[in-house]
Amino acid sequence: MARVKLWGSLSRMADGQKEFEIDAPNIDRMLTALGEAAPKLKPILAKGVTVSIDGTLYRLDKFQAIQPDSEVYILPKMAGG
Amino acid sequence: MSQVHVTTKINGDSTEYLCDADETLLDVLRDRLQMTGSKEGCGTGDCGACTIILDGRPVCSCLVLGAEAEGRSVETIEGMANGEELHPLQRHFLNGAALQCGICTPGILVAAKALLAQNANPSETEIRYWLAGNLCRCTGYDKIIRAVQSAAAEMRGETHAA
Amino acid sequence: MPLDRDPADRTYKVVGHRHNRPDGIDKVTGRAKFGADLAAPGLLHGRILRSPHAHARIKSIDTSKALALEGVKAIVTAADFPDHPQVLEDGELTNIRYNVMAREKALYDGHAVAAVAASNPRIAAKALKLIEVDYEVLPHVVDVELAMKDDAPILHDHIRTEGMEDAPDCPTNVAERIELGYGDVEAGFAEADVVIERQFRTGAAHQGYIEPHACLANISGDGSGDLWCCTQGQFMVRDVCAQLNGMDVSKLRVTPSEIGGGFGGKTTVFIEPVAVALSRKAGKPVKIVMNRGEVFRATGPTASSAIWVKMGCKRDGTITAAQAELKYQGGAFPGSPVSMGAMTAFACYQPKTLKAIGWDVVTNRPKQAAYRAPGAPMAAFAVESIVEELAHTIGMDPVDFRLKNAATSGSKSAYGPTYSDIGLVETLEAVKAHPNYAIKLGPNQGRGVASGFWFNFGGQTAVTLNLNIDGTVALSVGTPDIGGSRASMCAMAAEELGIPYHHVQTIIADTGSLGFNDVTDGSRVTFASGLATIEAARNAAKVLCERAAKIWGIPADAVTWENGCAVPAGPNAGEFPPMTIKELAKKAGETGGPIAGHFEVSADGAGPSFATHLVDAEVDRETGRITILRYLIVQDAGKAVSPAYVEGQMQGGAVQGIGWALNEEYIYNDKGVMENPGFLDYRVPVASDLPMIDTQIVEVPNPGHPYGVRGVGETSIVPPLGAVANAVAAAVGARPEELPMSPPRLLKLMKEQAQPLAAE
Ligand code: FES
Ligand code: FES
Repeated sequence: MARVKLWGSLSRMADGQKEFEIDAPNIDRMLTALGEAAPKLKPILAKGVTVSIDGTLYRLDKFQAIQPDSEVYILPKMAGG
Repeated sequence: MSQVHVTTKINGDSTEYLCDADETLLDVLRDRLQMTGSKEGCGTGDCGACTIILDGRPVCSCLVLGAEAEGRSVETIEGMANGEELHPLQRHFLNGAALQCGICTPGILVAAKALLAQNANPSETEIRYWLAGNLCRCTGYDKIIRAVQSAAAEMRGETHAA
Repeated sequence: MPLDRDPADRTYKVVGHRHNRPDGIDKVTGRAKFGADLAAPGLLHGRILRSPHAHARIKSIDTSKALALEGVKAIVTAADFPDHPQVLEDGELTNIRYNVMAREKALYDGHAVAAVAASNPRIAAKALKLIEVDYEVLPHVVDVELAMKDDAPILHDHIRTEGMEDAPDCPTNVAERIELGYGDVEAGFAEADVVIERQFRTGAAHQGYIEPHACLANISGDGSGDLWCCTQGQFMVRDVCAQLNGMDVSKLRVTPSEIGGGFGGKTTVFIEPVAVALSRKAGKPVKIVMNRGEVFRATGPTASSAIWVKMGCKRDGTITAAQAELKYQGGAFPGSPVSMGAMTAFACYQPKTLKAIGWDVVTNRPKQAAYRAPGAPMAAFAVESIVEELAHTIGMDPVDFRLKNAATSGSKSAYGPTYSDIGLVETLEAVKAHPNYAIKLGPNQGRGVASGFWFNFGGQTAVTLNLNIDGTVALSVGTPDIGGSRASMCAMAAEELGIPYHHVQTIIADTGSLGFNDVTDGSRVTFASGLATIEAARNAAKVLCERAAKIWGIPADAVTWENGCAVPAGPNAGEFPPMTIKELAKKAGETGGPIAGHFEVSADGAGPSFATHLVDAEVDRETGRITILRYLIVQDAGKAVSPAYVEGQMQGGAVQGIGWALNEEYIYNDKGVMENPGFLDYRVPVASDLPMIDTQIVEVPNPGHPYGVRGVGETSIVPPLGAVANAVAAAVGARPEELPMSPPRLLKLMKEQAQPLAAE
């Protein structure tokens, strides 16, 4: 079970819950499971978020593997200059 | 509107062209003579990307009318290298990484050439003030100033080619 | 792709050495072709009519008189960008469409309203004057805090504040609220011995690339065609232009010109879809080149901001609480980089508790575009000002104070995730050890320090490498080269293949010749295209080994690639003399056909880059003029592939930051019209304003790249605003809270609070 942590505004949408224990092999499955656990998050997740796994930011790759002991953060969508 | 017939010398070659009375020399060079080495960054004399040498003096070609070149001599970036052989300023700019995007480079090279023609050994401050009309947004000027200094030193015979 | 075992042990033959760049000669001789440098037979010239009002309903547009003018070949308005389904599905695309051509309302001074194509620019300009637009002028708002008020003029009826569960269901200019943090900040402040809070403001700065936007569209009768333009992303331009014009993406080929600076400002479209529409309507090639006034009024500057920061620390320097509220206006559409401001604000430190709130606000200004580390510099300015003040208040050296709280490898970042290997501490230590830190200052002089952070991104990347008959290599990448990246690509391919640097030629491919690539942004090119180049070269080396194996009649895995040659892997593989890349290239046809390597990836793991800047400034108390005496940049580049260009990126970013700190801002009059849309009044730093910019590169390898490379282009603009402000504060004994510190503002500050700051 990976620990999935939400940034502040997102956790408000999840009724204040900041952390979820989710068993998912990759980002895509994890986001689906998260949307099921907190349905209000779905539209935001669908609009796009950045996912950090063990400190590495993933803006695109939805099939990046998540290890059971991974530290996972859901962060706002990001872009550079 | 009838056009003006102009006879002038560009990079040593006699050239003739027709232009509108209100057309700038920069537009003539770029649009009529396909000499697109001179750039337009502002069109108002504030960026120096269009710098050329007119009768030995650096000017913003966006502020000169095409018709005003009649009977005068124009030097542009296209005339700076001698065939395959680069001008020392061009070489030092390349070797010193004095350009990033390169849009300001033609104007700065032409302006620097005009400086070294009248002052073979300018101080850093003199170079900075001379080039104050040539904007560069990429480099922070540091490597440009150094490249002018090292090209000047080579041209004075103090160092070897870069 | 992970770092190759131990980069410290690896010696590079090509990477990290100085090389001339492949586009160099063309750029010093005037041969290089930039956006405005292309012509075509029968070319028409496009011009755009722009709203003179900050906010106005467009009641009608009458183009009949303009169309009747001899030489006018086509006119387009919003009606020429109808509601294609793929546009309406995508909110951002809908906003881009509205931004490139105003629809029911003009939303800012300079908003495009109509466009003309005519046989020469002078006729096009005349035609613009003949277009009759009936405007109903509406109240406007350009200030971020005024736009948040309940009675502010509303730009869009459909906007509701996202990220607030209790947001009222009525139109607002506040598009989003974001919040992040951890711990209890109130408890953190209670624990602190010193608490400081201040309210800051920063102006909107423009990227100020010297090359105005330019493009040339040539769409033929069957609806397919070509577009030439200066952009940070030809694939993005193709996709957006095709979709807005209802074309199949495959019908449009976009060729990127040389690009005369971008800094984020060319990561979107402005004139390109309009040129495509005009060319299609006229059936002729159409060129549009913006003038400088249009670049200022109608492209994308950065957000302006109002930022409140409160921080507390103990006597020993430990930061116990950090809190910020950031309000960014991003112009007429949602999307200011406030979330990145909130995430980066405290990213250099490890405060015990943290809370950051961000507001994304729309105003009657041009839609903001990315500008180097979008959102970060203004937040860093506010935070670094308070950090410096805390250090002085407790009597601690400002670098030691930062070291005490610095983010380290393996520490938790302020925005959540744990950092991998990072180099902030190394930059701080290098600043402390630098001779500039010990130079004695004179009267009216001050010294300032500031650190900065940027995430860096990867992105979708495709690279193709082809071997030529003589053993040289043609490398195609899809990320426009803004600052010399082609040289880095050549170096990485040469390193992998074991061939000389000048045997590799890199081109930036058009959209028809290479797979999709994201825009050049987020300092991603050296990282992501570099990573793909390395993999493509490794794939080509694999093919080369297979060919040698075939010739030798041994298994492919019995051959390895070393120093530009195929060699038997070990004694068991047999005795064969090394076969060079040149020999193998010559035999390519006989051994199976052309030899190539390619690689496609969504690159992630870019690895953040930190920097610390040190500046000495002198203030003229009579005129309010600030002179930068010395400037030092220390930045972590992971591995500097082209050191001279890494230094150049650092210097260029720092000077842009100095401009933002001292002079640059959008100035609006009471009608919401920009008053300084030119380089005369919007003053960017010139050579005589500056000293030499000292640089020191620190190399803490990025574990996410085979050579340890990190992006360097963006971090360099993050620290300067705070560093310069701190130097000025030290010189005058009063803290600048508003940027830019123009002479009138500084004179006012000195008059109002001429007493020395605590302990300064
Ligand atoms: S284009 Fe002539 S000075 Fe800018
Ligand atoms: S190198 Fe880009 S403007 Fe000077």
